[in-house]
Parts: sequence; structure tokens; C-alpha cells
Amino acid sequence: MTPAPRTPGRGDSPKIRIALISLTYLFFAAFVFLPLALVFAQAFQKGWQYYRESITEPFALEALKLTLLTTAIVVPLNAFFGMSAAWAVTKFHFKGKTVLKTLLDLPFAVSPVIAGLIFVLLLGSRTPLGSWLGERGITIIFSTPGIIIATLFVTFPFVARELIPLMEAQGREEEEAALTLGAGGWQIVRKITLPNIRWGLLYGMILCAARSIGEFGAVSVVSGHIRGLTNTIPLHVEILYSEYNYTASFAVSSILVFLALLTVILKGSMEKAYLKTNPQSAKNHEH
Amino acid sequence: MSRFQKLPRHILPGFGLSMGYAVFYLSAIVIVPLSTIFLNTLQMDAETFFSAVSAPRVLASYRLSMTTAFFAALFDALAGMLTAWVLVRYRFPGRKLLDSLVDLPFALPTAVAGICFATLYAPGGWLGVFFEKWNLPVINTPSGIVIALVFIGFPFVVRTIQPVLEELEPEVEESAYSLGANRWQTFRKILFPHLLPALLTGTTLAFARSLGEYGSVIFIAGNLPMKTEIAPLMIMSKLDQFDYAGASAVALVLLAMSFGMLLVLNSIQSWQQKEIR
Repeated sequence: MTPAPRTPGRGDSPKIRIALISLTYLFFAAFVFLPLALVFAQAFQKGWQYYRESITEPFALEALKLTLLTTAIVVPLNAFFGMSAAWAVTKFHFKGKTVLKTLLDLPFAVSPVIAGLIFVLLLGSRTPLGSWLGERGITIIFSTPGIIIATLFVTFPFVARELIPLMEAQGREEEEAALTLGAGGWQIVRKITLPNIRWGLLYGMILCAARSIGEFGAVSVVSGHIRGLTNTIPLHVEILYSEYNYTASFAVSSILVFLALLTVILKGSMEKAYLKTNPQSAKNHEH
Repeated sequence: MSRFQKLPRHILPGFGLSMGYAVFYLSAIVIVPLSTIFLNTLQMDAETFFSAVSAPRVLASYRLSMTTAFFAALFDALAGMLTAWVLVRYRFPGRKLLDSLVDLPFALPTAVAGICFATLYAPGGWLGVFFEKWNLPVINTPSGIVIALVFIGFPFVVRTIQPVLEELEPEVEESAYSLGANRWQTFRKILFPHLLPALLTGTTLAFARSLGEYGSVIFIAGNLPMKTEIAPLMIMSKLDQFDYAGASAVALVLLAMSFGMLLVLNSIQSWQQKEIR
């Protein structure tokens, strides 16, 4: 036998290999390629002109604006939280660390509909807090702040769960060395920690942005579906679809598909850079 | 590690600040809002609570969510195992493309996935025509729900098995061959037991995600009472009727199921750690 590379296809006969690869392609065809092709086929069904009108009509643009605003607020807030949580969890020893780490992942275990429900129960106009705010002219539910808060909840863990394993693997030696050389706290974070975690941070922020652009269930509960006011892009897709305006619905969806593909590509190329900054983390890295 | 034990616990600055901020933000965004479900259900008396969660339509929705999530997770286990194996073990044209596209369900908005599958399997749709011919309705049936959930869940299985498969030392398999085991025996006795914890973890994650999934399901499900209403949809319809107490009661049971899954996951992981040792 010729010396084959060590990983690929050890020992599997070509027949099995071809059969398994074909089966995988078949699965991807049904669950990935066909749906993607369908979006573009439907979106351009009535021609380029109709497509352009569907994505540039005022309601679509308003929805896009709200989605971008939400993402622009949610990502920095959750990134800042993720960094401080990761700093506390990985640079110090304290009791209850495991409990804290479990709590950080909690939003992932909660149905999006429940994520919306809890904010209606907390801040809706019929609740004590909601009516108190209402008397002062502040509405949160069925309005933009509600959408932002629900999205904060849903995307809460992304940055923290990328940073914690990374910073755990990197240890504390570099920061401690900087400390003995007389660096201050913020200086250490800026000059040592941030450059070390930059890829993991960016990676977590991209996942956070993708989810906040696409979140549907939670936002659907708190939005109230007011066109031009509290409609995000995914909600706009739903409204168009339920009005049987399939072509416009898929045209707007095609923007989201484009963003999703971009996310997946960025994620792939970033993973390489990320693993280069920290080879040990390859082992504990889940996604 | 032991050489650090004599040192004071907090050498670096910023513990109070970072910990304080993290706990404050966690409480404001997650803990306090989630507690409203418990507070709202505590205000109900036992009878109202039980009549809300044991109404036939609600029970049917729990049953449907459990069974569709179960079958979707089962299918994900097979498809995810296959995909992870092929991506790690073989080199073939398009491998990198498939590897990146595994993450698509994480990145694609659920509503878009929902309308895609509803249109694909609609009568006369690209795949719907075949299922019509075979007399297997997909739209407005539990099988349609399973299809949407398979899409949502399968990256969890692939991404948990892949690193374990990549790390596997070639020597383990080689020694099994040299001792006379064939391919199938090696897979069953050596590889599979090694992959099992990761497979179970990924499948449980897919199941837990499917239990609460909403956006990708509602379009293909048709939402027929007693037949294709999933549990999250029941919460939604109670909210539409301003029945906040009923919605919290239904949500509490669904939350309990999801947290139960978290417990299962934790025990799988501690078992996995024992296996490694």
C-alpha cells in the first residue's frame, strides 16, 4: 500500500466511501441546497423589477431600519457583558462559578416564544411595572424597546460562551506579568487581553448579530406587528407570506439568506484565524 | 495548577467591577424576567393551573411537540453522524462547502426556513409533487413539523461529533485491525462507544432546541387544533386572547421540560468525563 495521509478515509473501501458521500450530498440537497435555490427562484419569479420594488418599498425599508437598529444596540451591549463575565469567570477563583456558567447559557434552553412572554409579563401595560412606566409615557411592549430587550435576552449567551473557553485556555500568566511590570487594570485589558481574544470576540459578535437579525419568535410576541413601526425584517417576511404575496416575501427573505451565507463564510474563515491564536482551544471548542 | 494555590485568590484587578456588572446584567436581562413565569403561576390556585395545562388542546400540543422533537432528533442523530463521518474521514470535491453550510441553520432566520419548507412541500411544490404522487401529505401534518425540526437540529449533532472524531488517534483503530477485527467490528466496538457521549449530547441539544422551536414550524404545520398545534403556539394563542395566566402555566411546563433536558445533558457530560479518565 502507498503511504496514505493519516486522517482521510482510513481503510474504507471506495464503494462505501462513494455511497456515504452521495448520501450526505442527498441530505444536503433536500435540506440545504433546494431551500436556498427555492428562495431565489421565488424571489425573481416576477422579474428583476418586481424584486427591486419588493425590497425597496417603504415598509420593507422601515423593517430593515428597525432590524439594523436593534442589532446595533444589542451586539455591543452583549459583547461588553460577555467580556466582563468572561473576565470574572476566568481570571478569578470564587464559589458558585459553575452555577454562574450554567446561568449564562440559560436563554439557549428557553423557547423563543417564552422569551417574548416573560417580557410581556414583566413590562406589558397590564403589569405593575408596565403601567407605572406607561403613566410616565414610556411604552416598552408593542414598541421598539420591547423588541430590543427580547433580542438582548435571546442573544445573551453568544459572546460569553465563546470567550470563556478561550480565556480559560489562555490562562492568567500574561496579565499577571503585565501587572508585575506596573500596568494598570484597563491597560492590561487593552494591551494584553483584547489582542489575545480578538478573534473569539469577533466570532461571538457575528453569531450574536446573525441571531438578532433573524430572531422571529420572541420578537413576534413583543412587537404587536405594527407596519412601518414595530416590524422587523423576519416579521415583514411573515406578513407578506400570510398575505399570499409569496414573491415579495421571498424577495425580502433573499436579503436574509444573503446575510446568513455571509455569516457562515465569515465564521468559517474566522475559525481558522481563531484556532491559530489559540491551538489548545481547538479541543474544548464546541461549535 | 498546584503552584498557584499558595497565591492570593485575586491577583488581577477588576474582580468586583466585572463580577458586579455581570451579575447585575444577568439578573436584569435573564433572571428577573424569567422569574415572572414562576410568580405568575404562583398567583394561580392549583385547580386553575391544572385545568389550564391539562386542557385537551394543550395536552395534545405537548404530546405533539415531544413526539416530533423526538423523531427529528433521531433523524438528526443519523444524518449528523453520517455528515460528521464523511466530513472528517474523506476528502472529496465540495467538502469545505458542505462543512461551512452545516452552520446554515444556526445563521438562517427561522421564519425564512419555515416559508422555504412550506413552499417546497406544498402540493405542486418542488418536493410536494412527489409526496402527492406517493399519497404522503406533508403540509399540515406532524411529518412536516419533523422536516422543519430536522433542519433546525442537525448542526448540533455534527458540531459535537466532529471534534471528537478529529481527535481520535489512528493507532486505536490500527491496533484493532492488526488484532484481526474487520471494519464493522472496529466501528461497533471501538469507534461507536467512543463517539456515543458526543452523539448523545448533540442529539439532546437538537431535541431541546426542537421542543421550543417556533418560527420554522408554524408555516408548514398549518396549526390545526388537536392535530398540528405545537406547544409554543399554544402559548402564543393564549397571549393573543390576553390569557396571561394560562400562557404562563403552559410556558412553565414547557420550561420544566427544557430544564429537564439540561439536567440530562449535564449527566451525559459528567459521564463523558468519567469515560475519558
